[in-house]
Amino acid sequence: MIKITTTDRYNITPFRSLMTNVFSLAAGLFVISIIFLIAGVNPLFAISEIFSGSFGSAYGFKETLTKAIPLILIGAGLTLAFRAKFWNIGAEGQLLMGAIFSTWTGLTFGDALPSYIIVPMIFMAGFIGGAFWGIIPAILKIKYSINEVISTLMLNYICAEFLTMLIVGPWKGKARFGFPGTDNLPESAILGVIPGSRIHYATLILAIVCAIVLCVVIYKTRFGYETRVVGENPDAGKYAGIDFLKTSLIIMAISGGLAGFAGVGEIAGIHHYLGYPASVSSGYGFTAIIVAWLAKLNPLYAIVSGIFFAGILVGGDAIQISLGLPAATVEIVNGTLLFFLIMGDYFLNNKISIRLSN
Amino acid sequence: MKDISKSFHGIHANKDINLVVKSGEILGLLGENGAGKTTLMNILYGLYQPDSGQIKINNRPISIKNPIESITHGIGMVHQHFMLIKNHSVIENIALGYKDTPFFFPKIQLKKKVEEFSKQFDFKIDLDQKIWQLSAGEQQRIEIIKALLNGADLLILDEPTSVLTPLEIQELISILRLMKAQGHMIIFISHKLDEIMDICDRVTVLQKGQIVGHAATAETDKKSLARMMVGRDVVFNIDKEKLEKGKKILSVTDIHITGDKGMAAVKGVSFELFENQIFGIAGVSGNGQRELAEAITGIRKVDSGSIRINGKDVANKSPRQIYDYGVSHVPEERMRFGIAPGLFLYDNAILKQHHLEKFSKKYFIKYNQVKKHTNSIINNFKVATYSIDNQTRNLSGGNIQKLILGREISEKPQLLVASHPTYGLDVGATEFLRQHLLELRKQGSAVLLFSEDLEEIFELCDRVAVIFDGQFMGILESDDERLCDIGLMMAGSKISGFH
Repeated sequence: MIKITTTDRYNITPFRSLMTNVFSLAAGLFVISIIFLIAGVNPLFAISEIFSGSFGSAYGFKETLTKAIPLILIGAGLTLAFRAKFWNIGAEGQLLMGAIFSTWTGLTFGDALPSYIIVPMIFMAGFIGGAFWGIIPAILKIKYSINEVISTLMLNYICAEFLTMLIVGPWKGKARFGFPGTDNLPESAILGVIPGSRIHYATLILAIVCAIVLCVVIYKTRFGYETRVVGENPDAGKYAGIDFLKTSLIIMAISGGLAGFAGVGEIAGIHHYLGYPASVSSGYGFTAIIVAWLAKLNPLYAIVSGIFFAGILVGGDAIQISLGLPAATVEIVNGTLLFFLIMGDYFLNNKISIRLSN
Repeated sequence: MKDISKSFHGIHANKDINLVVKSGEILGLLGENGAGKTTLMNILYGLYQPDSGQIKINNRPISIKNPIESITHGIGMVHQHFMLIKNHSVIENIALGYKDTPFFFPKIQLKKKVEEFSKQFDFKIDLDQKIWQLSAGEQQRIEIIKALLNGADLLILDEPTSVLTPLEIQELISILRLMKAQGHMIIFISHKLDEIMDICDRVTVLQKGQIVGHAATAETDKKSLARMMVGRDVVFNIDKEKLEKGKKILSVTDIHITGDKGMAAVKGVSFELFENQIFGIAGVSGNGQRELAEAITGIRKVDSGSIRINGKDVANKSPRQIYDYGVSHVPEERMRFGIAPGLFLYDNAILKQHHLEKFSKKYFIKYNQVKKHTNSIINNFKVATYSIDNQTRNLSGGNIQKLILGREISEKPQLLVASHPTYGLDVGATEFLRQHLLELRKQGSAVLLFSEDLEEIFELCDRVAVIFDGQFMGILESDDERLCDIGLMMAGSKISGFH
């Protein structure tokens, strides 16, 4: 008879943690291989195509870094919210709100102001927009006990529809000849890129700085301490004299604000105008949930996991073209990997032993 | 059970345990916190698998892989914390756990059966009431019915009296005696010596995962059991020094507080507390003690009346403000309020102090200081852990309590509000903590002690108030002869001349 026992694992070393992730990813890729087989594609070729498409060529790597920018920003912000057990599924909406605020700021003031004033202004506006959209569910949760998963998710749709209404209505640009979308931002509000790429370096630097600062905030400061206490046990937080409302508002302002930064980067760094929601963000707000999770809720690791998932997004585009696979393939890849990463967590925290006995 | 061993990450929770229960017998399982009582019973109930050893019923070896199998072998368990669904009715809860519940109209068919059982054991329960309307004692009886309905010959009770009032304990004891008379076997886990002596036929004492002794209760006494349990003599009467009371620290005047369900929980209570004094509030739990403690420490709002600390009114101030006035708090529900279980020991060691200058500088926490402080708490209060980089959830309940007490006492508070500080602790740890409370009193602190344990109240307190239904039944000095009537006061009769 086979006997399976599980016991809690207490000493989790960084090495074991790393190896668990590596094995989970390997197992995930194995399942993805089966899916490729079913689709009639050589899995080894497809997977190598994904990674060579994203990391194997200079062009691919530049694209990967470009897509990593919003993922790192949002992913880092989400680690903070998730640590407080605030399940923010609304980063997509917060990104769009940041895009809306920054576009308005850029279009309104951009013509009259030089770059070094208008660029900080649009980032500020983007942060405020994202933070505003992030604070709403925090208030709803604490004052009216409304589940944040539902409210953040629904606010995504509200924001996307609101954005659409703006670009087909009052904000429709004169230079668009009747097509939906605002006019281009003035030259002074547009972010510089590394030549020969789409990497808007100002946002990339901002993303890395934000991730490092957040890491210090979570592990070294009083606010980070209070965040962790509130996340572990809100009643203990109350007993310890932590102001739950204030802490939650700050957490969601930061988490939403960073998503807002990502929105600014997409608008001022890539598109240069506000278009349809699906073109502003290709689901970064959702992919970043996996980024935060793979980073084990450590903002510093979000830099690495952000680049990794950006690579999968880029590689997904590559196999769409080279292998003729449907666009949904990359979402299957992402979903499968997340599934295996979460499962890996279980095996990290529990020791399984299988023995044969009579 | 033969040669049962079980270890968790290298530490033996049970080692070579041999245990025999005969039919028609109540076996007591006695041991300190973390002695391995609950682990052993969880193995018997199928929640854990033993690393080695064998379980036999009627001399037949069996293997129990999960609780469902243990139920079919006639083993039932009533956990310390009840496993009932609060918004469902009694009969619905019983139907849920019953193995032969019919798929259609389960309630009607089951009702008759349950009523028969209730008659047999003299239970009085309205089957259509919702669980949340019932007292702890009634909920426990439902758990017992559930186990019996499933044909349990062997019933395991894990610390069954810890949630009951004295009257309910008496009722439980008579139920257990009735079951025994009908040939059921009962394993009764406890660390309260009185109960073990009162209820059990035989007692087995566990210490650090091993059996250190068996005895028939008729042939032993409390003292030798206590010695077996902790491995040394225990002082049952702590001598407390006579101390003159100092200046007034706390004065509570005509305070009214609303409880969780919107009912008045505390109705006009007044008292004063001085330096070098321990003021005890005795009473059966659920009579307003928790609400009163929470109001004084700022967790709960006060409807009217004043709470003054050193003359300043602190009613409805925030918990942090009150803490900064010098009030520490050992909460009744320690797992709920006292710790953040997933954080490290050193994080929890400064739960209420993290904003103090000692531990934080502007926005940053001085983790070096914090770790030093944590190590000193762990050494002084004998918290058993392999490291302070340990998640607090990995500690046993008793060790968590020691950590909380260490945290609250080490700041030398002017006032310590301690709710049931020794609840759930073994004899050794209890004695240790009581010494600490007396030490605090000697150093000039005032202690407000909520306790159900009369022995504790008599041992420690300078003055005692008895609370019933949100009101004081009397406040007496510790040498007042009328304290013999404390039982009457706890049952709701006011002492003469007290308003």
